[in-house]
Amino acid sequence: MSRLTAGDPPPPGSGPPDSGAAEPGADASRPTPGDDWRGVSPKFVGVELVSSLVGGLVLCAVTVPFILLRTWFGWPALAVAVVVTIVALALAPRRVRAIGYRLRADDLVFRRGIMFHRVVSVPYGRMQLIDINRGPVARALGLAELKFVTAAAATGVAIPGLVAADADALRDRLVELAESRRVGL
Amino acid sequence: MTAPDTGPPSDPAALPPTTALTDGGWHRLHPATPLLRGGIVLIAILGFVLANFRERLVDWVFGAPELPGDPLQTAYERGQIGWLSLIVVAALVVGVVSFYVSWRLHTFRVGDDVVEVRSGVLFRTHRRARLDRIQGVSISRPFFARLFGAARLEISVAGQDAKVQLAYLGSTQADDLRRDVLLLASGAQLAHAQATGAPTALPLDPATIAQAGAEASAGADAVPHADTVAGASATHPGLVNQRMRELLAPELDPALAAPESVVKIPPGRLIASLVLSGFTVVLLIVAAFIVVSSVMGERGLFVILIVPGLAAAIGYYFNRFTKSLRYSIAGTPDGVRVGFGLLSTSNDTLPPGRIHAIEVSQPLLWRPAGWWMIRINRAGAAGEGSAQTSTTMLPVGTLDDVRTVLGLLLPSLAHPAAEAGSDGAGPYETAAPSTRDIVLAGLTARSGDGFTDAPRRAWPIRPLSWRRTGWALTDDAVLLRSGFVWRHLSVVPLARVQSLRISQGPLLRMLDLVDLAVQTVAGPVRASVPAADRATGTAAFELVTARVVDASRTDTSHRWSARAAPPPPTPLTPPAPSIPPASSTPPAPSTPPTPSTPEGDPR
Repeated sequence: MSRLTAGDPPPPGSGPPDSGAAEPGADASRPTPGDDWRGVSPKFVGVELVSSLVGGLVLCAVTVPFILLRTWFGWPALAVAVVVTIVALALAPRRVRAIGYRLRADDLVFRRGIMFHRVVSVPYGRMQLIDINRGPVARALGLAELKFVTAAAATGVAIPGLVAADADALRDRLVELAESRRVGL
Repeated sequence: MTAPDTGPPSDPAALPPTTALTDGGWHRLHPATPLLRGGIVLIAILGFVLANFRERLVDWVFGAPELPGDPLQTAYERGQIGWLSLIVVAALVVGVVSFYVSWRLHTFRVGDDVVEVRSGVLFRTHRRARLDRIQGVSISRPFFARLFGAARLEISVAGQDAKVQLAYLGSTQADDLRRDVLLLASGAQLAHAQATGAPTALPLDPATIAQAGAEASAGADAVPHADTVAGASATHPGLVNQRMRELLAPELDPALAAPESVVKIPPGRLIASLVLSGFTVVLLIVAAFIVVSSVMGERGLFVILIVPGLAAAIGYYFNRFTKSLRYSIAGTPDGVRVGFGLLSTSNDTLPPGRIHAIEVSQPLLWRPAGWWMIRINRAGAAGEGSAQTSTTMLPVGTLDDVRTVLGLLLPSLAHPAAEAGSDGAGPYETAAPSTRDIVLAGLTARSGDGFTDAPRRAWPIRPLSWRRTGWALTDDAVLLRSGFVWRHLSVVPLARVQSLRISQGPLLRMLDLVDLAVQTVAGPVRASVPAADRATGTAAFELVTARVVDASRTDTSHRWSARAAPPPPTPLTPPAPSIPPASSTPPAPSTPPTPSTPEGDPR
């Protein structure tokens, strides 16, 4: 019952902190500037709340026809949808805290997810291009999403909730790093 | 781009004599190209239409009333035959001129660094591809084109629809151009390669080529104006003999590759492997269903399904069979060459370092026969065939074949110390256990054998295969094994890994396991370990990441021949012994406690 990465701060409820001896050892051998997890802006909670709310409303709307048709599961379905929405809204701050990235000497590490946790490592030289996307809510809050694309479609590293200026700076930094570590396909 | 639009090479004397196509000037395609690219179909349709609707056409053009007898006769009688023949001649002229213009405007050029194609009459297209980004070169010869002695050459680079297609070229010129393009791409100098690369030369009669080039004009089967073109359609008395020789020649030129590096598939094994495929199982189930339902009295179903079903099944088998007939995979100096086809032949050359992942797998039905299949991931599939044909390296083969093919696909992995074997030929004897040996041992092993397997507690999610589900790390590749019923083993060269992912869902977290995935370019190979011990898995994640960075930094395969130029050959990675697949933590019971591996960054 422990997590894949020893993040700081460790997400609550994740059990005892990692004892994993291998990880600090591996990290210590790769000293780098800024070798720690960076989180995303707390304002990203707002984006998550809005998207959870919209998703929950859609879910509730789906149950309405069943209620109107007087099927037996109409009201229970609505109740489930409401509960799911409330749980999603309640967990939004934790979901946002679970997002993190880390610039190491030769690669970028990205992590995300509470229940379905994943950590992706991309060597800088593998970067093909970098996108910066801004949705309507994120734009209102001054946030941007930075997405990088490698030759592997499955890589799927997208860091949401960066302050727009930070996203631009990070993009320039990543491009610079990728340029200095250019490798083939 | 400043070169003149048309015309033959301006200074042929200063150019290498092998082929004039790589001299940096613009060239044209085979003169029969318009015919081969669909002109024949057009002419056939035109003929069909004329033959069938002759009367209606004449009626429409001349407004003639319903007349008895032949309309041509009527036209003659009315003195309109002049108009009629004028229209026919005009149509012919327009057709010929448009074909000629489009052929004349379709030019290509091979420089030192790029290959360029310009085409189009109204909408011009100009495509350039860098030679060091080449992912593969394929030559296909449809049956009809073979009769003309023409071939289609495709140079593929990474990306969606990213290929330079030269359709059509003269058959021998396509082979020459392929060789020269790969030589230029390899970083070796063309002149140097010609001085030393005797085995790369095709054993063609030089007199035949010279004659073909000199007399190339006014071919009986070709459009005129063939003097400045790439295609050689000779009309000397030996033409028919030459065509026959080309048609009857073996698909793989025997001089192109060392015989011991060639893997062929006997037709009997090919048929048996098709019979033992999963498709057959589905077919049998459907057949049983039909028989049962017809016995139950549903005769209609029987009649409706049996004919199209039978046709589809036979078509599938026939298609698969002809696609793999005369199949050969061989190591040439330019890379791995895969060729197949009986009437329409096709071959595909992959330069070194273009293979992003390899999977050796065994369907259940093949296990008694001990057959295996090898598929790869590659960036930019070459060839006009489906992705399936261009990613299948070995449709069916024995363990010995797997051994040879792995040696071809990853020469550096099969020869951990020997640099001379990088051409993929020669006997494969190595002292140290190479990656290939670990792969071969791990294919059939029930557990362990160099692999770090999932712990026992993984049985709820992998009830049969938890012993076999594991990973191993060698000098230059990461190996991932899974499957007890359907055995899989994937090899990903470290220098080709795009990213790594480690993930964990609720179920895996309850079992203290992780899912480790190595991400490469898209393809049929699955490269992931669905269940690994958490501590070992996270350690592997860190270790493999560091090794990937090192391996890609020292990787020089985009100029694969240039690295052989300096006298002290440098291997891709430090010549450390095969690193045991373990981390600095000894958590899993199946992991032997090993000393910490040299995972540190050398800088």
